[in-house]
Amino acid sequence: MNTTVRWFRFSSPQTFFPLAGTIARWCALGAVPLAVAGLYVGFLVAPTDAQQGEVYRIIFIHVPAAWMSMFIYLVMAGWAALGLAFNTRLSFMMAQALAPTGAIFTFIALWTGSLWGRPTWGTYWVWDARLTSELILLFLYLGFMALHAAIDDPRRADRASALLAIVGAVNVPIIYYSVQWWNTLHQGASVSLTKAPSMAAAMLTGMLLMALAAWLYSIAAALVRVRCIIRERE
Amino acid sequence: MSPAFYIWGAYGVTFVALALEVVFLARRAKKCERATMSSAAK
Repeated sequence: MNTTVRWFRFSSPQTFFPLAGTIARWCALGAVPLAVAGLYVGFLVAPTDAQQGEVYRIIFIHVPAAWMSMFIYLVMAGWAALGLAFNTRLSFMMAQALAPTGAIFTFIALWTGSLWGRPTWGTYWVWDARLTSELILLFLYLGFMALHAAIDDPRRADRASALLAIVGAVNVPIIYYSVQWWNTLHQGASVSLTKAPSMAAAMLTGMLLMALAAWLYSIAAALVRVRCIIRERE
Repeated sequence: MSPAFYIWGAYGVTFVALALEVVFLARRAKKCERATMSSAAK
């Protein structure tokens, strides 16, 4: 019971502020060595791909960015739903803080995917289900931020953008399962929890290290941004 | 085009995008801190 009470204490922006600073610092410090290790494994340890040659090394940034783009959106929609359900200011602030980082990772996933597509598929872009739904995700992030910025009253802006975030969450399973539901040019999932990995151990290690670095970076960036939002609004 | 063009194009733009986010975030944090300090001083 006491633990529950202590957790609820952190739903207040003022109480959460110093905690966010501490967590952000540790996450930022953790992200750097993980990214360096991931790049080292990705570029110097992982072997050249038999079919794609060296260009496959884009995977070490493309896949983690694509994972983060979807995961951040789900977390953002989760915070938005919590805000609407319990009317907690911090939940809306967290949703607002996550959106720019999610948009950047979505852009990176699209950009790196496009540069990977040219040498492997012969084209930078194709309107297949995976690519199109990921592009819609970028528009959802941009729409969320634009809607929030367009409404002067912060409380009304929070509620309107939260609604958009929740409705847009339906796009995330569409992105994830698009390669199974439709006949797409994009390959299937690189890593599955239910199947053994289909890539070399060094490739998988590099990708997971980069994914961990992207996780910690995202947490740090979102927490630094939420501290700014708390300062600006409170 | 050589593979290096695609690889460096991907990693370069990623680095620039994330670096820009960090720089803008740091500037915003500094600005907020200054505003809080000055309002506290008043």
